[in-house]
Amino acid sequence: MGIEEAPSGFLLTTIEDLAGYLRKASLWPVTFGLACCAIEMMAAGASRFDLSRFGMEVFRASPRQADLMIVAGRVSQKMAPVVRQVYDQMSEPKWVLSMGVCASSGGMFNNYAIVQGVDHVVPVDIYLPGCPPRPEMLINAILALHDQIQHEPLGVNRKEAARAAEAAALEATPTFQMKGLLQ
Amino acid sequence: MTDEKSGTGTPVPQPEEVNGPRSADLVSGSQAPRTLEVVEVREGMFGVQGSGDTSGYGGLVQPVAMPGASPRPYGGWFDEVVDVLAEVLAAAGVRFDAAVERVVVDPPGAHAELTLHVHRDHLLDVCRALRDDQDLRFELSLGVSGVHFPHDVGRELHAVYHLTSVTHGRRLRLEVSVPDADPHVPSTTSVYPTNDWHERETWDFFGIVFDGHPSLARIEMPDDWPGHPQRKDYPLGGIPVEYKGATVPPPDTRRSYS
Amino acid sequence: MSTHTTGAPGAAPHATRPPVGDFEPGVPSFEASGGDWDEIADSAVAAAALGEERIVVNMGPQHPSTHGVLRLMLEIDGETVTEARCGIGYLHTGIEKNMEFRTWTQGVTFCTRMDYLAPLFQETAYCLAVEKLLGITDDVPERASVIRVLMMELNRIASHLVCLGTGGNEMGATTVMTVAFTAREEILRIFEAVTGLRMNHAYVRPGGVAQDVPPDLAEQVRRADPLIRRYLGQLGDLMLANPIFKGRLVGVGHLSLAGCMALGVTGPVLRSTGHPYDVRKSDPYCGYETYDFDVPTATGADCYDRVVLRLEECYQSLHIVAQCLERLERTAGQPVMVGDRKIAWPAQLAIGGDGQGNSLEHIKEIMGSSMEALIHHFKLVTEGFRVPVGQAWQTVEHPRGELGVHLVSDGGTRPYRAHFRDPSFNNLQAVAAMCEGGQVADVVVAVASLDPVLGGVDR
Repeated sequence: MGIEEAPSGFLLTTIEDLAGYLRKASLWPVTFGLACCAIEMMAAGASRFDLSRFGMEVFRASPRQADLMIVAGRVSQKMAPVVRQVYDQMSEPKWVLSMGVCASSGGMFNNYAIVQGVDHVVPVDIYLPGCPPRPEMLINAILALHDQIQHEPLGVNRKEAARAAEAAALEATPTFQMKGLLQ
Repeated sequence: MTDEKSGTGTPVPQPEEVNGPRSADLVSGSQAPRTLEVVEVREGMFGVQGSGDTSGYGGLVQPVAMPGASPRPYGGWFDEVVDVLAEVLAAAGVRFDAAVERVVVDPPGAHAELTLHVHRDHLLDVCRALRDDQDLRFELSLGVSGVHFPHDVGRELHAVYHLTSVTHGRRLRLEVSVPDADPHVPSTTSVYPTNDWHERETWDFFGIVFDGHPSLARIEMPDDWPGHPQRKDYPLGGIPVEYKGATVPPPDTRRSYS
Repeated sequence: MSTHTTGAPGAAPHATRPPVGDFEPGVPSFEASGGDWDEIADSAVAAAALGEERIVVNMGPQHPSTHGVLRLMLEIDGETVTEARCGIGYLHTGIEKNMEFRTWTQGVTFCTRMDYLAPLFQETAYCLAVEKLLGITDDVPERASVIRVLMMELNRIASHLVCLGTGGNEMGATTVMTVAFTAREEILRIFEAVTGLRMNHAYVRPGGVAQDVPPDLAEQVRRADPLIRRYLGQLGDLMLANPIFKGRLVGVGHLSLAGCMALGVTGPVLRSTGHPYDVRKSDPYCGYETYDFDVPTATGADCYDRVVLRLEECYQSLHIVAQCLERLERTAGQPVMVGDRKIAWPAQLAIGGDGQGNSLEHIKEIMGSSMEALIHHFKLVTEGFRVPVGQAWQTVEHPRGELGVHLVSDGGTRPYRAHFRDPSFNNLQAVAAMCEGGQVADVVVAVASLDPVLGGVDR
């Protein structure tokens, strides 16, 4: 993408700011409501918790026209390839918000039928717990995503950031070996 | 009525710490008003076997017994239905004892339900009789589902049908038992077309083959899924849950109370 | 052999070839069932080569108009659907199997998430079945039954609002959706005040309900009632006399009484054929025989009548809600849980310092004054109560039809088998009967009038 091929430095950071602002300002979700969280997502789009103020009330049915996939609900083994296919059909830049505990980690359904976290299937940018999360929580997650998008590095910076994140993840202690306070 | 077991030589279930006004019914002692059929004998407690546990719970032996045949009179409209059914079957040339293995009226009390244990060879005759006869008229079938009793050798898989008579305002349950080695039940879609998807689901989850079904294929699980998930010998399939500092195993591998 | 339709506008949908036996030699037959998608695609290609222009269209699991993750496989000739089949299972969660590994009370939190638009119905049906097995059906206090009826009827209105709203949205009328969801928010506010959650409440427990309603509930409901009526009125104004709406719904998705009974379809679809079958009247539970309400029916058996019927049911539910409020006043101070402390869920929740948890009075009681209360609390939460052996079947009138719960108990603390006969699962079988011979656009309308909720279908 031409906009990102500026070399690093002041010019790239300005482009990052501008691109981030433009991208977050009207993030169009794809209709990917699966279960109960889908109803809360629809309620978030309805008039009490208006998503339209973020420019997001247009849930595009076609993934080609959407930027954000809100995986709202439990992903069953049968649905997982469909999730992946819809994600692949979305064009860059794209983000994934896994809404609810079932999408984030399998939720209360720790069994044969549910994929234990949609991050087994697609890369997730924001995890939103809740069963189901209130529309206000969804909006909070969307605003956190907006922040993330605003500060997303581009081009060379992005490659460096990805490398750093991968190195950090490889060195980190696994969760179940952590010691100390719950926080 | 009697406190005889089904003659398998298993010990009489001991009174255990039970709750509720029906606690006496769990016990097949002299107080029990009905017969029980043993389907399984459980040993030990907390799901732990042979661990050197000295608490004494390891020696616990608990037969699990489902309600058995009920004596006449069954109460309410149950007798009438059973009699009419016997008549209709006799007219069709089917012996009632051959078709209906057992009549169970359970739970005891005001909210009793009638269950007919039907032999699979006569299932369609019974269904047709129940649907068509004027005094029976069980027109609405509310589906089939399966129950798996892995230790009840020869009668592991049960297919349970629930019928409703809208005309007379009655409910009825049919139960067909088939062995694991030969899990075939005739399909009732010719009598009750609504059982179509329910039979597919029961095949999907239990492996009961419904002979004569127009297209018996998996319906809930992916088409190439191996195994039948809701059987008792199929694991729940969870993964250990990771917390900070520990992992918790999935519910079917943890210790349990019963 | 084949007679093509000329596609004249206004021509009634009809078969594209004369009736031919399925198994006569030389007749190509296309049967869609599970696991043979590739074969169908190949047959379709072969058929196209024969000059018959049949296309197989997949309204896939991800679709804005299929009410959830439903896959519709349609064989289309021009704009006419010649075969319609459903593929389900994309939301299968294994809830029934999961319930076999949880105590009877924990089962409520699982079954509530099956049909997530009407969670209280699953909970109530399940708890009624457990109570039947326990033998305490008559010991459940009246106040608990009144609260159950109140919550169920409010849930019925909320569920119908989603059905009408999403139905309107699928036909392009987004205002219908916003109005319906705004009305639903009023009800969700009440749910939140009573149960703490907007959806998937786990509020109804075996023996009663988890906790009593807040003292100002009657005031809240009475404030919400005229608002809901106003929104229902708006929905009626937007939909019922709208010529586009009528044009799309009248005569579409016809399913006669014989068809309904054969396919086991219950609920508004059955009542739209004129048959007033309602479980609340034919086999009452929770004291429904003492309430005064009507069962609306229609005679057209098409989608339009079902919409009218659902709206009318909302008004009837509001009537029942008003009666419930009177009874709540009358039974003020009564317990909401069965008296047997070995079954009754012990906790009284209140908002504590950390925003959740047991009320301080309850903690003072179990830690300070009553050893039995502590033991009961501990045993009930960790082990759960034991339910005598046997089977129970309980049905309730779910907004979509007749929900049945079949429970098998082996005498232990967990269900041996819990099966839910979900009305949407059963009603979806009628898609083929409703849609074949019609237009593709009518498929969306017909499925919307069946109102399937795929969480219940797939469980």
